[in-house]
Amino acid sequence: MKIVIVGDGKIGATLAEQLSREGHEITIIDRSGEPLQRTAEDLDLLTVEGNGAAYAVQLEAGVDKAQLLIAVTASDELNLLCCLIAKKTGARHTIARVRDPAYMGELPLITDDLGLSLVVNPELTCATEIARTLRIPSAIKTDTFSNGRVELLKFELPPDCPIAGKTLAELPGLVRARVLICAVERGEEDITIPSGQFRLQAGDRISFVAGLHDAQAFFKQLHLGAAPIRQVMLVGGGRIAYYLARQLIDAGLSVKILESDLARCEELSELLPKATILHGDGTNEKSLLEAGLEQADAFAALTGIDEENVLMSMYVRKTCPRLKVITKINRDSFRSITGALDLGSVFSPRTSTTNRVCRYVRAMQASAGSTVETLYKLLGGRLEALEFRVNSGSAVCGVPLQKLPLRSNLLIGCISRGGKILIPSGQDTLEPGDSVVVVTSIANLSALDDILERRKG
Amino acid sequence: MNKRMIAYILGAILLTEACFMLLPLTAALVYRETAGFWFLWTLLGAALMGGAMMLLSRPKNKTIYTKEGLVAVSLGWIELSLAGALPFTLSGEIPSYLDAVFEIISGFTTTGSSILPNVEELSRCMLFWRSFSHWLGGMGVLVFMLAILRLEGGQGIHLLRAESPGPSVSKMVPRMTDSSKILYTIYLALTVLQIILYRLGGMPIFDSLCNTFGTAGTGGFAIKADSFNSYTAYEQTVTTVFMLLFGVNFSIYFFLLRRKFDLVYKNTELRWYLAIFFSAVTLITINVAPMFPSVGNAIHHVAFSVSSVMTTTGYCTANFDTWPEFSRVILILLMIIGACAGSTGGGIKVSRLAILCKSARADLHRLAHPNTIKVITMDGKPVSRELVGQVHSYFLIYTLVALGSILLVSLDGYDASTTISAVMATYNNIGPGLGMVGPIGNFSQFSALSKIVLSLDMLLGRLELYPMLILALPGTWKRR
Repeated sequence: MKIVIVGDGKIGATLAEQLSREGHEITIIDRSGEPLQRTAEDLDLLTVEGNGAAYAVQLEAGVDKAQLLIAVTASDELNLLCCLIAKKTGARHTIARVRDPAYMGELPLITDDLGLSLVVNPELTCATEIARTLRIPSAIKTDTFSNGRVELLKFELPPDCPIAGKTLAELPGLVRARVLICAVERGEEDITIPSGQFRLQAGDRISFVAGLHDAQAFFKQLHLGAAPIRQVMLVGGGRIAYYLARQLIDAGLSVKILESDLARCEELSELLPKATILHGDGTNEKSLLEAGLEQADAFAALTGIDEENVLMSMYVRKTCPRLKVITKINRDSFRSITGALDLGSVFSPRTSTTNRVCRYVRAMQASAGSTVETLYKLLGGRLEALEFRVNSGSAVCGVPLQKLPLRSNLLIGCISRGGKILIPSGQDTLEPGDSVVVVTSIANLSALDDILERRKG
Repeated sequence: MNKRMIAYILGAILLTEACFMLLPLTAALVYRETAGFWFLWTLLGAALMGGAMMLLSRPKNKTIYTKEGLVAVSLGWIELSLAGALPFTLSGEIPSYLDAVFEIISGFTTTGSSILPNVEELSRCMLFWRSFSHWLGGMGVLVFMLAILRLEGGQGIHLLRAESPGPSVSKMVPRMTDSSKILYTIYLALTVLQIILYRLGGMPIFDSLCNTFGTAGTGGFAIKADSFNSYTAYEQTVTTVFMLLFGVNFSIYFFLLRRKFDLVYKNTELRWYLAIFFSAVTLITINVAPMFPSVGNAIHHVAFSVSSVMTTTGYCTANFDTWPEFSRVILILLMIIGACAGSTGGGIKVSRLAILCKSARADLHRLAHPNTIKVITMDGKPVSRELVGQVHSYFLIYTLVALGSILLVSLDGYDASTTISAVMATYNNIGPGLGMVGPIGNFSQFSALSKIVLSLDMLLGRLELYPMLILALPGTWKRR
């Protein structure tokens, strides 16, 4: 597919890398030549220097023949303008990044009148993910499928847990909750899609799929159910903090925001009358304690500086181990060590955005067969969880799962049929209209039939 | 440095060359020549060696950077030449291996300088291989490999950049593989067109193939002792036009195919190229007109020679060595300028000359008005100061290498015009020079040292200095 990306910034470059690896033809436009040169060194793509909103530049980049234009420059207005012009130039779909909360209210207006296919707001997407995680404090990370009816949760197995040292086949005898363990991370690099013989160890980071109630029951039976979160402390009053606070307040939680810039504090208190806004420096131990760190149930480090976020989270983990900790990290260059540090749940607006866009591209790409409804990149992109809708023409319909020639490194996590959630066994079949969650380390699945072993000859 | 990956690429290059040797082998079968066996043995040896290198190196880490790209390309070209020279020596048709290497380097680098006193003595399959090496070297072996092989990420660009001529490489389409494919498709289409035109003029099939390969790669190996003199005026005119066409940046053809005529019209390099061509033809015609029976005839031969020298092909119809000094100097200047970037021609390239001239003018202008800011533009777009700097230093290194080579070749003790033009003719990948190495002479009388220097000059000229020079830097081989 031909894709044009406007803006070779952090998100633009990450998207270009992701999408070109998935085999798309990428052209990237930026105003200055220097970042373009760097990107062209690393990736197989075409670069065009110029203003992405200019018709001539768009023509040079081949927007007239492109299926998709993604505008991710630093300015919201420019992004919208790019998409508007691109529609006139002839791009089939357009995606704009819009970050300013002021515009988010008029979103439906913007999308329809400008003919946008999708508006991504990295901070809002990220904040939604964080809010979801705070709802189930035992999990490090949560993602949802089937409009929130199915959850993919990740947690770390503590040493005194009854299931540590047991194989997966023994699991149903120990817990009465229908869950399916689909990925286990051990140490820094080791990731397995486990079979029934796989033995769990304390310290493993386990990802599993379950229906809503089953997930909570699972945690409860393993005595992992932490007390629900009532009070959250946010450090850094940026856009994520604003979106997050709004969602948390709506859910009835009490929120404290510690922000070092006085003007921003005033702004926030105007925007979020129900939140407690504190003026102070989060990197200062004393002001953290003074702000009532010990009384909070969860702590989120959301300043604009990664190093500060990492340090604060490590401090909180050490002094108040009871707290659920959330760390925002923008740069993903040192992903391997951030996984090894004790930082609680790590979130990055950049990853959230690229996931959102990739999901859209996959859905566009999927042919008449089955379509990707949802896509999550797990464990630093090394694993993917995809949700497909089963169409009647698909080759997988009606055959018991154990008889399907499934590819290796792939697992069917969960089937949702008419609002009911099934954790599949070998006898279950896939029926048209089902939606099914597939966990895999195979990159670039775009249709449900891809899960089958390709027939030779 | 990722040595395993370099070994892997080198293996792939050998394997590619082995595949291409099937063509002279076919020629040998068609003409029932026993010399063809040597192609078979070389082919098998190269395939075995290349396959073994690819299998044994088994690079775990496939990442390469600019440095690896440069090293792989230059070593690849040396390897290509050493293997390609084998059939000549093994069959005994060119007894000295050094001479054979000189000959095939001259082929791959599309130079066309020969050490053979009489080419007509060679068997047909050898002549075919010699001419075909022009075609292969013209567009580049690695460019061909990139059209088939898919390297992860954008790493192919490092190889493409090292092999393609011109100050900056621009891809035509986002994916490297597609870019290489488009380049080769245009190349192949023009080649086929020329063969058809030759055949329409009644040229024998073997001659049309070999002459087309020589033109397409802007090489200039002739299969007749008198080069193009004995062909008809029609065939000479076809050659003139096609030499000129292959000297144009190939992206121009891509723009034409995509109907982006404004980009063709705005192209600075194309304008300069045509302007230089027509003014050179005019000046030389005025100068040499008395030597020819008619003005029309003079224009015909001058256009052929200018086209041949400027695109660094090196075919001749008239012996331009006997022309007046003024015309000879113009030809030497054309040799240095060369063809367009992104074409199959050599020289310092018209685009570099344009940038040099424009920046010199801007600097002079600044002397008079110290505070003026003048942005240099190419194709209607500003040229970054960094690129201008790169072109300046390229020109400096180019000059230094040329001077050094002239000094070394002068040890042989020939006259200045022979020595200088021999270096210029090989360094700029043209072929014939003036004096002893003129259109009717050859390079066989040079000493072994000079032949080695001139061979290296050909490689330096074809790969545009840097890939070869990086081999000589001690830092390249040190552990990181």
